[in-house]
Amino acid sequence: MTKSLTLPDTERDHVSGFAKGAIKLLEYGDYECPFCADAQPIVKEIQRRLGDDLLFAFRHFPLINIHPHSEHAAEAAEAAGAQENFWGMHDLLFENQSALEDADLVAYAGELSLDKTRLIREVTSSVYALRIREDFKAGVRGGVNGTPTFFINGERYDGPRDVGHFLEALSKQTVER
Amino acid sequence: MVLAFYPADFSPVCGDQMALYNEMLNEFQELEAELVGLSVDGASCHAAFAKQNKLHFPLLADFEPKGAVARSYGVYDEKEGTCGRALFVIDRDGIIRWSYVSPIGVNPGANGILSALEDLKAKSETANAAK
Repeated sequence: MTKSLTLPDTERDHVSGFAKGAIKLLEYGDYECPFCADAQPIVKEIQRRLGDDLLFAFRHFPLINIHPHSEHAAEAAEAAGAQENFWGMHDLLFENQSALEDADLVAYAGELSLDKTRLIREVTSSVYALRIREDFKAGVRGGVNGTPTFFINGERYDGPRDVGHFLEALSKQTVER
Repeated sequence: MVLAFYPADFSPVCGDQMALYNEMLNEFQELEAELVGLSVDGASCHAAFAKQNKLHFPLLADFEPKGAVARSYGVYDEKEGTCGRALFVIDRDGIIRWSYVSPIGVNPGANGILSALEDLKAKSETANAAK
C-alpha cells in the first residue's frame, strides 16, 4: 500500500520530474475518462513550465462500469511500466482514448518497441489488477470523488483545470514553503 | 445499510457520485453493508440512469408523494424541489449511526461512509466478543 493517500510516493508510484521538486502534483485518473484526457495536455504544459520544481505522479482510478476499457488500459500502462516505459504508454493511451481495445494496446506496445507478447499476457491475466485496486482504494480514502482528481502537495485541488489556474495554485505552494 | 440521497439523475456530479459508489460495492459488502440510492426522480428515469451508468445497486424513487422519504430524514430541499445530497449509515436495528449532508454541488466521495462502516463493524465485533 502507498505511504500517503494524497502525496506522491516515489518508492511506489510512477513519478515524473524531479524527486526533490518543491511542488508535488498527484493525479488520480482513468484512461477512458474524457475529462482526464482533456487534462493531459495541461499537465504536460505545467510540467514544461515548472521543470525541476515539480514532481508529478499518476495513480489509477478506473471507473470500470462506465468505462469498460479503463481497466485493461490501466493494466497496459502498468505492464509497460514493468518494461520501463510507463509514461510512454500513459501518453499514448490518453492521446488515443477512443481506441482502447486489447488489439490497440498491443499496437501501442509495438509503437513503444515493448515486448508485445509479454504485455498482452500480463494484461489479460490481470497481473497488475491488485496494484490498480490499491491505487483506487487509496484514492477513495484520500477523498477522490471522480476523475480526474488532483492533489497539490497533499491538498485536493478543486479549481478550474486550465494552465493559468493550476499554475496559480501551484505557485502559491512555492511562495508558502 | 447506506442510504445515499442525491438531487437528480443525469447531472454530471451525481453521475460521478453514483458511478463512484458503483465501483465500491465490493468494499461495502466486505463491511456488510448494502447501498441504496434515492432521489425524487421517477422509476423510469432511474431505470434509464441505472442502465446508462451500469449501476449494480438499487435506486429508490422518492416520487409519490414527492420527497416524503427525504422529508422524514430532514434532507428535502423545498426551494429546489429535490433531495439534498445526504448520506446515512443505518445499522441492523434501524438506528442511524452516521450521517453527512454535503453542499448540493459537491460530491462527498466515499471516505466518510467507509470510516463509518468500519467503526460500526468494529463496534459490533467488540459487542459480540463481550457476549
